[in-house]
Amino acid sequence: MEAVVKPRTVVQFELNGRARQGYAESRTQLCDFLRHETGATGVHVGCEHGVCGACTVLVDGKAVRSCLMLAVQVQGSRVETVESLADEDLMSDLQQAFRRHHALQCGFCTAGILMSCVDYLEREPEPTETQVRDMLSGHLCRCTGYTGIVRAVLDVAHERKTQQENNNNV
Amino acid sequence: MTIYQSLAVEDRPNRIGARTERVEDEALLRGLGRYGDDVATAPGTLHATVVRSPHAHARILSLNTEKALAMQGVHGVLTGADVARWTAPFAVGVRQPMEHWCVAIDKVRYAGEPVCVVIADNRYLAEDAADAIEVEYETLPVSVDPETAIEDTAPVLHEAVGSNVVNERHFRYGEPEQAFEQAPFRVSLKVKYPRSACTPMECYVVLAHYQSASGTYDVLSNFQGPYALHSVMARALKVSGNCLRLRTPPDSGGSFGIKQGVFPYIVMMGLASRKVGAPVKWVEDRLEHLQAASSATNRVTEIEAAVEPDGRVTALRYDQIDDCGAYLRAPEPATFYRMHGNLTGAYGIRHLLVRNRVVLTNKTPTGLNRGFGGPQVYFALERLMQRIAVELDLDPLEVIRRNLIPAGVFPYQAPAGALLDSGDYPAAVGQAVVDGGLAELLRRRDDARAEGRLYGIGYAAVVEPSISNMGYITAAMTPEERRKAGPKNGAVSTATITVGPLGDVSVHVSSTPQGQGHQTVVAQVVAEVLGVAFASIRVNVELDTQKDAWSIASGNYSSRFAGAVAGTVYRAAVAIRDRMALIAAGQLGVQAEAVRFADGKVFAEGANPMPFHRLAGAAHWAPATLPEHEGGGLRETAFWSPPELTAPGDDDRINSSLCYGFIFDFCGLEIDRVTGEIRLDRYVTMHDAGRLLNPALVDGQVRGAFAQGFGAALMEEFAYGSDGSFLSGTLADYLIPTAPEVIEPVILHMETPSPFTPLGAKGAGEGNNMSTPVCIANAVADALGCDDIRLPLTPSRVRGLIGIDEPEAPEHLKQSAEAPAIPGGSTLQASGSVSIPASPEQVFDSLLDPAVLAVIIPGCHQLELEGENSYCADVTIGVGLIRARFQARVKLSDLEPPHSLCLSGSGNSPMGSAQGRARIRLSSLEDGGTRLDYQYDAAVGGKIAAVGGRMLQGASRVIIGQIFSRLSQQVGGVAPQAGLWLRLKAWLNALISKGDES
Ligand code: FES
Ligand code: FES
Repeated sequence: MEAVVKPRTVVQFELNGRARQGYAESRTQLCDFLRHETGATGVHVGCEHGVCGACTVLVDGKAVRSCLMLAVQVQGSRVETVESLADEDLMSDLQQAFRRHHALQCGFCTAGILMSCVDYLEREPEPTETQVRDMLSGHLCRCTGYTGIVRAVLDVAHERKTQQENNNNV
Repeated sequence: MTIYQSLAVEDRPNRIGARTERVEDEALLRGLGRYGDDVATAPGTLHATVVRSPHAHARILSLNTEKALAMQGVHGVLTGADVARWTAPFAVGVRQPMEHWCVAIDKVRYAGEPVCVVIADNRYLAEDAADAIEVEYETLPVSVDPETAIEDTAPVLHEAVGSNVVNERHFRYGEPEQAFEQAPFRVSLKVKYPRSACTPMECYVVLAHYQSASGTYDVLSNFQGPYALHSVMARALKVSGNCLRLRTPPDSGGSFGIKQGVFPYIVMMGLASRKVGAPVKWVEDRLEHLQAASSATNRVTEIEAAVEPDGRVTALRYDQIDDCGAYLRAPEPATFYRMHGNLTGAYGIRHLLVRNRVVLTNKTPTGLNRGFGGPQVYFALERLMQRIAVELDLDPLEVIRRNLIPAGVFPYQAPAGALLDSGDYPAAVGQAVVDGGLAELLRRRDDARAEGRLYGIGYAAVVEPSISNMGYITAAMTPEERRKAGPKNGAVSTATITVGPLGDVSVHVSSTPQGQGHQTVVAQVVAEVLGVAFASIRVNVELDTQKDAWSIASGNYSSRFAGAVAGTVYRAAVAIRDRMALIAAGQLGVQAEAVRFADGKVFAEGANPMPFHRLAGAAHWAPATLPEHEGGGLRETAFWSPPELTAPGDDDRINSSLCYGFIFDFCGLEIDRVTGEIRLDRYVTMHDAGRLLNPALVDGQVRGAFAQGFGAALMEEFAYGSDGSFLSGTLADYLIPTAPEVIEPVILHMETPSPFTPLGAKGAGEGNNMSTPVCIANAVADALGCDDIRLPLTPSRVRGLIGIDEPEAPEHLKQSAEAPAIPGGSTLQASGSVSIPASPEQVFDSLLDPAVLAVIIPGCHQLELEGENSYCADVTIGVGLIRARFQARVKLSDLEPPHSLCLSGSGNSPMGSAQGRARIRLSSLEDGGTRLDYQYDAAVGGKIAAVGGRMLQGASRVIIGQIFSRLSQQVGGVAPQAGLWLRLKAWLNALISKGDES
């Protein structure tokens, strides 16, 4: 009989701007920890082997697959999930663009894609369509055929640029 | 029937026909959707994991749960014995002595079949304990390929049936024999449609709670219907329908038909909950999903046409074999009969001969998958039309055009019984050719060919059925059997509208959407009829079989939403409006017919407008003031079943669907001569799906279906080994199109309203799953001038079609040309050699020494002598991420000291099985050392084969290499000489080449 009680660690970290803590075994995947321990059910699990991208979150500002990380690895880190993107009454420009361009159907892939886009647009504010498609190659969406997603990302990039130019002109 | 008359839509935002943005999106974008795995669970909910068979066909000799039950946090194990005690086998659509249970009882018939369920405090602990379950199997020969499975000599899956062919039907419409006899030409083709599936991103979820006080199973699952399966589940559980309360969560992460196949798990988890006396939750993982959830039916078709010199087809003959996997799981063999009425497609062919055979093989049971039956039929029919053009030297588009059903003959009855409701096929083709720019593509093809490039154009004309007749499946029975069983027909839709005391409007539909935006469209319809603000309407799409109006036809399949469900919503809304008009007429002092609803108000000429909420309030707050016969309260449930959906007649004609849309696709593509890669240049898709209720959402459906059709054409296939092991267990093995591959299709529309649905709408969700695979295949056939096109058209397959010989493998990677000695899912072969600084006698003797053996086998924890030169070993082997502990048998045989021997091993682990055999030859070297040559065959099955396929070749090489380098170390006390010699050789080579340079 293997009655080994698996030791659990307290993981302290920042989740969507707030200090949080929860218990994890050393083997607990980050996605499971975020969903079950902290209630961040916006994090979706589509494959658990790093291919589909549904579980993507930001750890210290970088997009990572939470199914390929252990919960204990975010000790002391800053984690952002899709729940962080909107404020109470207004969705972010990216989220709004997704709605405008019918970039989601079932929405299961969407959270991960949004998080990748947040990180990506930060690094590459003026991407071409090919670049956007390349960036999206790390995500699987079974519903949309990707058109709406690509359009939404390009649209937001364009919007932000125009806005910035306007600001500069003022 | 009240039929909706459309008005111009430009200035009517959020009404029928508008491109309204979705009401679903806000919650989903904020991460606040509530999918199956997000729904709150009761305190004390336990978690299940399913232990599955690593073998495709085996008898279960014993199942030992003792060790697992003793483990921490484990509450119980549901076994076949429990299942046999508490349930009945699932009902099957044909009369055959076959038993399908939710957990295997005595035999497993496909790799991944459930053999027991472990229930523990959490999923991690359940999986730990699953590894400790001991199952002893006696493997049996397998039937994997449908064409060999039908032969008399094939291993039989269900002994009581005595054959793998579990259903065969012949159909004859018109005078086909005569037409074939008189035809100046006959063109025939044999095609195979592979296994693939639309694999939703969210897998199955079941949360079950057995209520022992009432004997009720209360289950929440992301099941998608059809709810006819509710009866199948209740029967299996041996309870009345009202003792299986089935609910769906608010959101579902896609389905595309696949979540029909969750129903055996609903039964299974109900039992698991009963076993442990607590709520039980199970979330399927991706490997389970790919391997064992469901799949489109693979089909072998021989199709033949009787053809006039101008390409006109006078008769068709189909000989079809459907491979439904190991069990005929309901609603199979529906893949055949969903399309039966419209087997002649978009063509005016009057004579038809059909033979349908259903065969069972050692593969995962098949089921609904977007396009259901369509991709298979059109892959044969439209490939045939292309062949006719080639063989008669005609333009393929001209062949299609000459055969199209002409305009003005609708509703048109096709020979097998489909009553094609509306359309103008020639006009749709004409418009697509112009608006889609066919002329330009043809020019591009000319230019490309002039430059010696491979460019092809393909076409497909397809009738897209929607709103299935619940009686079509009975076409699998003979008219006599049908008479005995009683008629089945129709398709009942339901919708409930409630107007609350504050004038708020709530709607419920039993359409279980999985991302199609039903809530949005329902709100558009209701907003239009009741004239209230779109944003004020709440639409609930959760289904609770204990409280909601539903029917056996409920659910999300056969593209039934737009035509049937939205139509029923319209009828319910009209019913509520008519009642409210009567109430308003009394209050305004006008005739009910004069009352109009718009802008949140109620109008009548000559009276002051009244706010909608005031009128609604009257029905709740002051029922005594209402007209006679008006009972107060405002709720209407509409049920609607179209009369056109009749049962199959004695002549076997069946109107298998209510609506038939039309699709015409063409595409241009280029093939890379070197890599075999296909690049789609343009894809044009013209749809006539009747009236469009929300064109933006229809376009979304078209794009999604196109991407899936694209995947089926070029990338996706569930691969099986010759031993039936499943080889596509990860999303790195089963390739789904990503954004860089998929292009944006040119989408065109025509609207010919259906006369049979309340809003004139037809289904539009599945068309491209039917048309796109064959359209792309036809373009490849055109580009390469070949006729035997198999899907998926992967680069390596295309290179084969082009006739490119693969370059020879480098010497050290060569496989032996002999057939593998061990049949298996992943068969591995390689050879190598090492030099050992010891005599052959010494080497030979140490191989027979258990102490040495224990050291040289990588990952060997323990080795015990079992008999002469045979051992029982405990070995951990890792392939990539996977690490598995094997209970292995190691044997030395064919001993010819000191020249040769054979080292073989076989083992089982929770991750699968492995067996291998290495032939070892020893020869003495001049320096007194030994050269050891080895050649091995190995085969793996189960999970390792499913998820590790890409890594196995390399991993096996490393592991085997380790054995002999360790041997060298053991015997000679030094690292193997091969390395030293190689280094020396490299040094020498370097010296020589330097010499050349100088
Ligand atoms: S769940 Fe993490 S990549 Fe698929
Ligand atoms: S919207 Fe369903 S998977 Fe992307």
